[in-house]
Amino acid sequence: MLDKNGIAKRIAQEVKDGYYVNLGIGIPTLVANFVREDINVEFQSENGVLGMGPFPFEGEEDADIINAGKQTITTLAGASFFDSVMSFGMIRGQHIDLTILGAMEVSENGDIANWKIPGKMVKGMGGAMDLVSSAENIIVAMMHTNREGESKLLKRCTLPLTGVACVKKIVTNLAVLEVTPDGFKLLERAPGVRIEDIQKATEGILIIDGEIKEIEI
Amino acid sequence: MIRKTVLNVKEALDGIEDGMTFMLGGFGLCGIPENAISEMVRLGVKNITCISNNAGVDDFGLGLLLKKRQIKKMISSYVGENAEFERQMLAGELQVELTPQGTLAEKCRAAQAGFPAFYTPAGYGTEVAEGKETREFNGKMYVLEAAFKADFALIKAWKGDEAGNLIFKGTARNFNPCMCGAAKITVAEVEELVPAGHLDPNQIHVPGIFVQRIFQGKQYEKRIEQRTVRSRANAG
Repeated sequence: MLDKNGIAKRIAQEVKDGYYVNLGIGIPTLVANFVREDINVEFQSENGVLGMGPFPFEGEEDADIINAGKQTITTLAGASFFDSVMSFGMIRGQHIDLTILGAMEVSENGDIANWKIPGKMVKGMGGAMDLVSSAENIIVAMMHTNREGESKLLKRCTLPLTGVACVKKIVTNLAVLEVTPDGFKLLERAPGVRIEDIQKATEGILIIDGEIKEIEI
Repeated sequence: MIRKTVLNVKEALDGIEDGMTFMLGGFGLCGIPENAISEMVRLGVKNITCISNNAGVDDFGLGLLLKKRQIKKMISSYVGENAEFERQMLAGELQVELTPQGTLAEKCRAAQAGFPAFYTPAGYGTEVAEGKETREFNGKMYVLEAAFKADFALIKAWKGDEAGNLIFKGTARNFNPCMCGAAKITVAEVEELVPAGHLDPNQIHVPGIFVQRIFQGKQYEKRIEQRTVRSRANAG
C-alpha cells in the first residue's frame, strides 16, 4: 500500500520534461518534491504565479507571494506573476499540460466530485471547475476509500459534481487506474496489494486485463 | 494628467450606502484592501453584497464584516478558511453564491471590458450551470455566464500615482486588475502613492482610466494565512 508520499512519487513519474503543471491542494502539492531533477518543469498556481519554488527559508516569508493554498512560497528563475484573468486563460486555453488534483469521489465515466458535501461541508470549488472542464490531462490523487472504508471509485458520484467525464487517470494508495469508456482499467497495483483488495475497494466497473504489474517508486 | 487622488479612506469611500454591491480584490488575505474594509466596518454599512474570491478569516479581511453581520450576500469561489462564514451560511443567515474561480474573474473582466456575458466550459454538467443557458461549440459544451454589476470596486495595489496608474506586487495582484473599472466607482488603495511621472509607463499593470479614486493606505498588516517555511539546517 502507498502512503501519501508514495502516491505523490508515483504521480511524479507522469510529469514530463517541458510540462507546465497545476497542482491542487493536499497530496498533489507533494508531487513537486518528487519530480526528477534532470527535467525542466514549471509549476503554476492559479492565484497568479508560474515557476513556483520551494517554501522560503524562515524569516524570508513574503505575505505577497503565496500559492493557491495560501502558503508562503518562493519563485525560481524564469518565474512570472499575473492576474486571475490571465491565470485562468492559461487554464481554460489549455496551455497547462497536466492538472493534478484531489477528489472525494470519481465515477467510472470520469466524473469528479470534490467541492461540497450538502448540509455538512461547503468550502467552494475554487479553481477546480475551471481546471477540470478544460484540462486534457487530469490525474486524480486520492485514497481509494473514505474514512468509513467506502469506495471513492463509484459507478455514479453521489456528491455534487465538479466536472463531467474529465478524469483520465487515478492514483490511489492501492492502484493506478485509467478511466476508459468501459470503466476503471487497472494499470498497476501498489506493493503488497492484491487484485482482490482493489476489486473489493472499487464500486465502479474494474477492468482487469492481463498481468497487473506492481507500482515502482 | 487627470488627478485621481483623495485624501484618505473616508473620502475614498464617500457615497457608499446600505444594500450596495462591492467588488473586493485579494486571494485569501493576499492583496486585500485592508483600509477600505476597516472603514466599512467603522461606517457600519449593512445588507451589502460582496464579490470576492474568498471571505477572509474569522478575525481579518472580510471576516470582520461578517462578524458584524454587515454582509447579506457573498459571491466567492472558496470560503473554507472562515468558520463564522460556514456557520452563517449553513444556518441560512447569509446568502452565498459559489462561482468557479476563473468564472468569477471573467465576470469582473466582462464588466470592465463591456461584455454582457460569455461562454465558459467551467461548471457544465454541475449545479453551477443550473438555470443557465448552455451551448455547444466545436463539440464541447459551455455555460453562459453574465458580467457582474457592482457599485464599488475596492482595490489594493503596491504602488500607484496621482493619475490612478497601478502596479501590483507578487501574487497580491490576483483579482485586483480585473475589478478595476468593473464597478461604477473604483477605489484603489496603495502602499506607496507617488506623483505622476514617477512610475515608468512601461511597467503599469492597470492604467488610471479604470480608477476613480486613489489614496495611500495606512498600517498594512498583510497577515500571512499559512506561514510555510523550510529550515536552513536541512537545506542542501
